[in-house]
Amino acid sequence: MTDYTLTELMTVAAAREIQDGEVVFAGTGLPMLGAMLAQRTHAPDCCIIFEAGTIASQLAHLPMSVGDPRVLHGAAVAAGLSEVFTYVLQAGRVDVGFLSGAQIDRYGNINSTAIGKNPLHPEVRFAGSGGSCDIACLACRTVIIAKHEKRRFPEKVDYITSPGWLNGGSTRDESGLIRGGPSVVVTTMGVMRFRPDSKQMYLESYHPGLSAQAVANETGFPLDTAGAVETPIPSSDELYILRESVDPERVFLE
Amino acid sequence: MVNKIIELSEAAALVPDGATISFGGFTTQRHPMAFIYELIRLKRRNLYLFGHSPGGDWDILIGAGCVKRVELAYEADEAFNTIGPRWRLAVERGEIEWEDYSNFAMVSRFTAGAMGIPFMPVRTMLGSDLLACQTLNAEQRAADGRSSPKKLHVMESPFSTNDRVVLVPAIHTEFAVLHVQKATPNGMIRIEGQLFADVQQALCADMVIVTAEEIVGEDSLHHEPERNPLPQFVVKHVCHVPLGSHPYAVYNYYDYDPKHLKLYHDAARDDTTFRQYLEKFVLQAKSMTDYLEAVGGTTRLESLRADLSYGYRPDLKRRRLE
Repeated sequence: MTDYTLTELMTVAAAREIQDGEVVFAGTGLPMLGAMLAQRTHAPDCCIIFEAGTIASQLAHLPMSVGDPRVLHGAAVAAGLSEVFTYVLQAGRVDVGFLSGAQIDRYGNINSTAIGKNPLHPEVRFAGSGGSCDIACLACRTVIIAKHEKRRFPEKVDYITSPGWLNGGSTRDESGLIRGGPSVVVTTMGVMRFRPDSKQMYLESYHPGLSAQAVANETGFPLDTAGAVETPIPSSDELYILRESVDPERVFLE
Repeated sequence: MVNKIIELSEAAALVPDGATISFGGFTTQRHPMAFIYELIRLKRRNLYLFGHSPGGDWDILIGAGCVKRVELAYEADEAFNTIGPRWRLAVERGEIEWEDYSNFAMVSRFTAGAMGIPFMPVRTMLGSDLLACQTLNAEQRAADGRSSPKKLHVMESPFSTNDRVVLVPAIHTEFAVLHVQKATPNGMIRIEGQLFADVQQALCADMVIVTAEEIVGEDSLHHEPERNPLPQFVVKHVCHVPLGSHPYAVYNYYDYDPKHLKLYHDAARDDTTFRQYLEKFVLQAKSMTDYLEAVGGTTRLESLRADLSYGYRPDLKRRRLE
């Protein structure tokens, strides 16, 4: 069996969500790793977009931010936020966007603003939405990446920064959002998707060494685990490219 | 030809207490840091900041006690530190007034201001608490007119059915300060790489101040005018400030300074060490020359110099810094 870290397993799972030829809206960290890996493996023609104003980057070095000069490498277009958000994202040209956050609920609603019941007096403040809310509202589908802990998967998030399926069923449509919604949640414990009608999260796979029950125990709402299998492990090719070509500096890989 | 070049200290002194202002750049690039250090030295108070994704430019101003209110989408240096330490503390201690939007919403607000229209319709924020919650109350909004009387407004399109949009209010600021690669004495500018929302921010401000890495002749920017994002009449003052964005990057000129960013973030988590940082790098450094010496002088700055085939420093170490 190949040796790999949890970060590598998650990155590979995220990369496999990207199909060749797709337009990918990526943020800093694991999404960048995943998008770079996809571009160097099964999706050479995927087009990576960064909200600070670059379109179709071919990264040579991992950026530390979406405003990093490194995102200009091999780009087709360098412009500004307005061009990316208006003509690309809002106009419906982004196939898949990446999101993460401090809290996620069973419908894939995400909080990356603040912890606490009173928004006027938060207990813990985070950086804020940035483009996350926009990606959640306007990409055709989203991939959520998160650390799996009970407190991070509560019944209800304290603040909806990035709307998922809202209250499930057709509530997302009813809110006026015209497309999108979360498609998958890749965590440190497993991979979750959403039931087609109820839009409730279910466990598709648990990572090797864990069980469906172990994932459910670390989830703050009842998690449907029927039919869950083990998460497929990274291939040796994927690991080689990830370590040697995507992140040889170990910026995000440990 | 009008010569708009003035000293950095003169330019910063134009900003009074209580001013509304936006700064160019995005998280880790092209912030007018030298200008911001001047504002801190001048002990400006009660500033109202408008931005999309600022980073340490806002963080140090907030920490230095210069800021009363912010309207924003995000404040952090991304992978260098996923939260601005002084921003976090200011909110948690109730020391600052703020309103949250998304990046697209904030950029659309600047765009509306730049276009001279009262609002912009967008399809973002529906279903979110950015839409449902308002942090600034009606009283705060009515008090001085610097914020819009209302955070946003949801409406159905008058031209189609079942088509909901969110109207976000235009931003007008008294000042916009940009740090760019090249400017001419007459106020033409060239921005290389990503534009962020610098152009929209400039166009919705009463006074635009530009700090530039290089001052170039008018003729050199008349060549390829399609690469100049703004006409010179938009820019009121130009300051020549090489390395003026340190510790942040300027595409084609220099990279960010990971060691200094770590030093800032480590210091900024604690009140005492943050004060020490401010003293050493801003208050006791009386000018940009003193500051650059304090951060490591020529040796450090040369190690950040961009490799022109990339526009950044490909061998720069970002992690496990000694």
